[in-house]
Amino acid sequence: MAELKAVAGRIAVGREREADQPRSLLAVFGRDQPLRLDAGVELSPFQVAYQAYGTLNAQRSNAVLICHALTGDQHVCNRHPVTGKPGWWETMVGPGKPIDTNRYYVVCPNVLGACMGTTGPASTDPRTGMPWGLDFPVITIRDMVRAQAMLLDRLGIDTLFAVAGGSMGGMQVLQWAASFPQRVFAALPIACATRHSAQNIAFHEVGRQAVMADPDWRGGRYFAEGVRPHRGLAVARMGAHITYLSDAALHRKFGRKFQDRDNPTFSFDADFEVESYLRHQGSSFVERFDANSYLYLTRAMDYFDLAADYGGMLANAFKATKTRFCVISFTSDWLFPTSESRAIVHALNAAGARVSFAEIATDKGHDAFLLDEPELFQIVAGFLDSAATARGIAKV
Amino acid sequence: MAVAARGPGNARVDHLLVAEMIEPHSRVLDVGCGDGELLKLLESRGVDGRGIELSREGVNECVAKGLAVIQGDADADLADYPDDAFDYVVLSQTLQATRHPRVVLEHMLRIGRRAVVSFPNFGHWRIRLLLLFGGRMPRTDNLPDTWYDTPNIHFCTIKDFRDLCTTVGVKMERALALNAWGRPLRLHAPWWFWNLFGEQAVFLLSRREG
Repeated sequence: MAELKAVAGRIAVGREREADQPRSLLAVFGRDQPLRLDAGVELSPFQVAYQAYGTLNAQRSNAVLICHALTGDQHVCNRHPVTGKPGWWETMVGPGKPIDTNRYYVVCPNVLGACMGTTGPASTDPRTGMPWGLDFPVITIRDMVRAQAMLLDRLGIDTLFAVAGGSMGGMQVLQWAASFPQRVFAALPIACATRHSAQNIAFHEVGRQAVMADPDWRGGRYFAEGVRPHRGLAVARMGAHITYLSDAALHRKFGRKFQDRDNPTFSFDADFEVESYLRHQGSSFVERFDANSYLYLTRAMDYFDLAADYGGMLANAFKATKTRFCVISFTSDWLFPTSESRAIVHALNAAGARVSFAEIATDKGHDAFLLDEPELFQIVAGFLDSAATARGIAKV
Repeated sequence: MAVAARGPGNARVDHLLVAEMIEPHSRVLDVGCGDGELLKLLESRGVDGRGIELSREGVNECVAKGLAVIQGDADADLADYPDDAFDYVVLSQTLQATRHPRVVLEHMLRIGRRAVVSFPNFGHWRIRLLLLFGGRMPRTDNLPDTWYDTPNIHFCTIKDFRDLCTTVGVKMERALALNAWGRPLRLHAPWWFWNLFGEQAVFLLSRREG
C-alpha cells in the first residue's frame, strides 16, 4: 500500500511538472502575442502544448485538428507520459484508422485552462512564480478555439481539412465552424450540443462543489500549502463518470455483483463492484488532473451557448457556411441526447449547409464516442474519405 | 421494391427516370433516400444532393458513402426546412409510406421549386386482378409485404395521385409510367391506359403560378 502511494505520488509530481514543461510539442506565445479572452482580459505570455501525427502535405491541405473533451488531453494516440496508458482515441486516430495518420496530418492541442502543458490554473503565473490557481481568468470555449487558431497560424496551417471532437471537443468543433468558417473544410461534432443544458450545468455544479468542499482545496491555493484536494476531485469525477455511462451499461457491466465477497459486510465499505469501480475512477483521475483546471473547464462548458452569440438564432452562427458537417449522436447518451444534435442539424439545414447526421445505436452512453463502436468508425471514415476526395487530398 | 429493373450503368430504371427530370448542377433533397443509391446517381451527374432517411441503417450506410444524409422523418422533419431551400425535392417510392401524403407534397413544393414523385401504381391490372380473384390484399414481387407488416400505408393509383395534384393545386409538368418490365409506356396514351398498365409512375411537379 505504501508502495502504491509512493507511485501515486511520483505520478502526481510528474503531472504537476507537466503543466509547465510538458513532454509534448510546445508553442510559446510571448508578450507581443497576447490572447484576448472573452472575460475582457489579455493572457500573456501563454503556451499551447500539442501533439502532431502524420505529415503535412506540400499544399498544407491535409491538417486535421482534434479537440479533446473535458478530461482529455493532447495525447491522442501515443503512450500517455504521466499514466503510461495508451492514447485516448487510439481506436479512431492512427495509421489505417478512420482518421488516418498516413493520409492526414493530425494536430491535437491541450485546451486552454487544462493541466497538461497549455496555460491553465496549474501553470506558473509569471508575476508570482506560483501556480495561477483562482487568479487565472475564467475562460470560454471560444477562448480555447482562439488559442488553437493562434497555434495553427504558428504552424502555417491556414485551412484545416477537418476539425473533429466529442463532448467538449464537439463544442470546440462547432465554435470553430462558427468563428472561422473559411478555415474549416469539414467539421465532425460528436455527442455534443450548441449549449450546455440546465441539467448539465447542475451536474457540473455538484462536481465543483465537491472540489471546493474539500478542506484541502484551500480556496484554490493548495499548491502553496502543499496539499491537494484529491478527495473532492475524486468525488466530482465519480459523479461525472455516472453521467458518461448509461443505466443499461452499468447494469450490464456490474449489475448488483459484490466486490471480492459473497455477502454484504453491513458497512460502508465498497461492497458492490460498481462502488469499487467508481472509487477507482476517482482515485486514478486525481493523479493526472488538476482540481482547479476541473473548475475552469466545467465552467467554460457551462458558459457555452452558441446561439446566444448570434442573436439567439443558431442558424445565423452558420450563415453561408461552406463547411461540410457530419453530426453524430448516440442513442443512450443522456448527457448530450440526440435531440441536441438534431437542433444542430436543423440550424445547419436552415443555413443551407451540407450536413450529414447519424445516430448510432449503443447502450454505452455518452462515452461511446471513445469506445469501440464499428458503426462510428465506418461513418467517420466514409465522411472524411469523401470530403478528402472533394478537397483533392491524395489517397494512400 | 424487391427486384427492380436495371438500366445503363446498372442504375435502377425508375432512378434513371427521376434523374432525367432533374437539371444538372441543381440542389436536390431526396426524401426517404434509403441506402443512397439515387443520391449517388444524382451526384455523379453533378447534382448537389442531400437526403433524409428514416431507417438508422440506411442513414449510416449513406453517411459512410460520403453522402449528406440526415436521420429524419418525411412527416415530421420537412416542416423544419426553410422555403425555397432546394431546386428539387424528390420522393422516390416513399409517398405511400408517409402518414400524411398531402402535407408531405405541400411541404415538398414549399421547400423546392419543383418536386419529383415516384410511386407504385395500385391501379395496375395485376393488382386489380389479385384483389378481384384472390380476395386478399395484393402482394407482388415489387410489393411483397403482407398487409399487417407493410410500411406502405397509403397506396394510391395514378388517377388518385393526379386528383391529389389538382386538389393541392400543383402543376404536373411531366408524367411517366413504367410497365412491369421497367419500360416507359407510350407517351400519348390516355390516363386510363397508364393507370391500368403502368406498374410505377414518375411525376415532375411545380408550383402553380399565381
